[in-house]
Amino acid sequence: MDRLVELDSFFWDATRETLGIVAATLLIGGLGGLLLGVLLHTTRPGGIAPNRVVHVVLNVLVNFFRPIPFVIFIAAAQPAARLVVGTGIGNPAIIFALSVAATFGISRIVEQNLVSVDPGVLEASRAMGAGRLRTTLTVLLPEALGPLVLGYTFALVAIVDMSAVAGVVGGGGLGAFALTYGYRQYEPVVTWAAVLVIIALVQVAQFAGNRLARAAMRR
Amino acid sequence: MPTTPRAPAPGDPLIRLADVSRVFPARSRQGSPVTALDHVDLDVRAGEVLGVVGYSGAGKSTLLRLVNALDRPTAGTVTVAGREVSSLSERALREVRRDIGMIFQQFNLFASRTVWGNIAYPLTVAGVPKDQHRERISELLHFVGLADKAHTHIEQLSGGQKQRVGIARALATDPRILLADEPTSALDPQTTGEVLALLRRVNEELGITIVLITHEMEVVRTLADRVAVMEAGRVVELGDTYDVFAAPQHPATQRFVSTLVEKGPPPRALQRLRERHDGRMVTLSFRDGDATPADVFGAFIERGVTFELVHGGVEDVGGRTFGHLTFSLTGDDAAVADATAYVATLVELTTPASPREAS
Repeated sequence: MDRLVELDSFFWDATRETLGIVAATLLIGGLGGLLLGVLLHTTRPGGIAPNRVVHVVLNVLVNFFRPIPFVIFIAAAQPAARLVVGTGIGNPAIIFALSVAATFGISRIVEQNLVSVDPGVLEASRAMGAGRLRTTLTVLLPEALGPLVLGYTFALVAIVDMSAVAGVVGGGGLGAFALTYGYRQYEPVVTWAAVLVIIALVQVAQFAGNRLARAAMRR
Repeated sequence: MPTTPRAPAPGDPLIRLADVSRVFPARSRQGSPVTALDHVDLDVRAGEVLGVVGYSGAGKSTLLRLVNALDRPTAGTVTVAGREVSSLSERALREVRRDIGMIFQQFNLFASRTVWGNIAYPLTVAGVPKDQHRERISELLHFVGLADKAHTHIEQLSGGQKQRVGIARALATDPRILLADEPTSALDPQTTGEVLALLRRVNEELGITIVLITHEMEVVRTLADRVAVMEAGRVVELGDTYDVFAAPQHPATQRFVSTLVEKGPPPRALQRLRERHDGRMVTLSFRDGDATPADVFGAFIERGVTFELVHGGVEDVGGRTFGHLTFSLTGDDAAVADATAYVATLVELTTPASPREAS
């Protein structure tokens, strides 16, 4: 307990770092996943812009990246991280790896939620003379908004989980903090404190997500 | 640039399907292609309500979707108001579709928008300035009788109200044509009547041409000026609603008409009637313009034949009547024979038979 008090400033830094990493990933990976998920849905046979080749390529791509365990993916993605963010270590590298992984993961969540939209509603939009882009942006996505919010909440929790291994490439955050000051220094109280904060973050996120989804579905 | 539409000459059909086929490719390698439409020719006249009836899979939905080019024919041409829509690009079609409203069996309203938002959508798509929305939407809501529901969410509406919103949405851009895809099949009989009455006003007050597909003959009888009967991808009968009801020609049409109007007593009823009545059983079919029941009764009485009405009724289609009445005739054999021979010159006379007896 005393040790935790000594680490006070590190602890709050770590919390802020986790929040920063998760927020950046949710923004970048969330947008990437939305784009990829919409493309997966619209290019599928019977979709609003069916395209077999694009659909198959995207499908294979997503299936290629998704099974890679994240802790291995970070290491494998280091060369790409150097290329894109200029460094293979630290928070920029971890945000890069997380965003790529989240893009593929979220794309499936988005695709699944879009499938639940009644194709008849999209046909109605087309019958009224709306183009594909307009139908996607003003009908498809709004109609699926409630489930999408819940899907993104799920993704957010998964990102918090994945961000905990940031330490392997020198990234920060609560995971790295718990491993460095708790686990390796035999201070279980420090580890538990980090765990409690993570649980609190997830609870708040889930609560907010549920509220937003309910507002979107107006139920 | 869109091509300038040829001004349709008066009397030209508003919609013309010329030798149209639609073949769907096989779903699997072992499967065979499905012919949804098989060399269909069909004209829809400006201002009419054309009912298209058929069982599921007869091709009527496919036919409807060709008119606003949601689907395209594999052969033949579809022309709407002088423009061949079957060969237009998706972009050029956007403009054409603003002139063609569509309503659906499952309404297909946007649950993410209010009633107002649903009706505003086609206006936004058509580029109508926002300051003109209010007047137009209010006008439409009054027309469909939902002025108090403008800001209600879709899920709070009843089925009939949803379809009325669907109709308002379809009419927003002031189209000349309304395509109705089984518009009352998800509604109860009471609500069906209300929606049909509204569609009648759409046709009569706004002059909008309606193509309506349905499997319910009651809907056709209430609304359609003409009927096309489809079976296995072909139009097997086409005619004025009255004629189709009063004298259906094709077996498919006869089956449909019999769901509403029985020509003679059904086999089981006939058997019971035969047990109770020992006279000669004849069914007389009266049509507008033929002899009236009074003429026939007179002929029976003159010849001393006693007649008893055992089955049937008189139907009204579009203000014209027809009926199938089954009589049990008793009296002197020669008199009955003479009377039936004479009556057969006035109206159609058939002898009711159970299918077993007939074969």
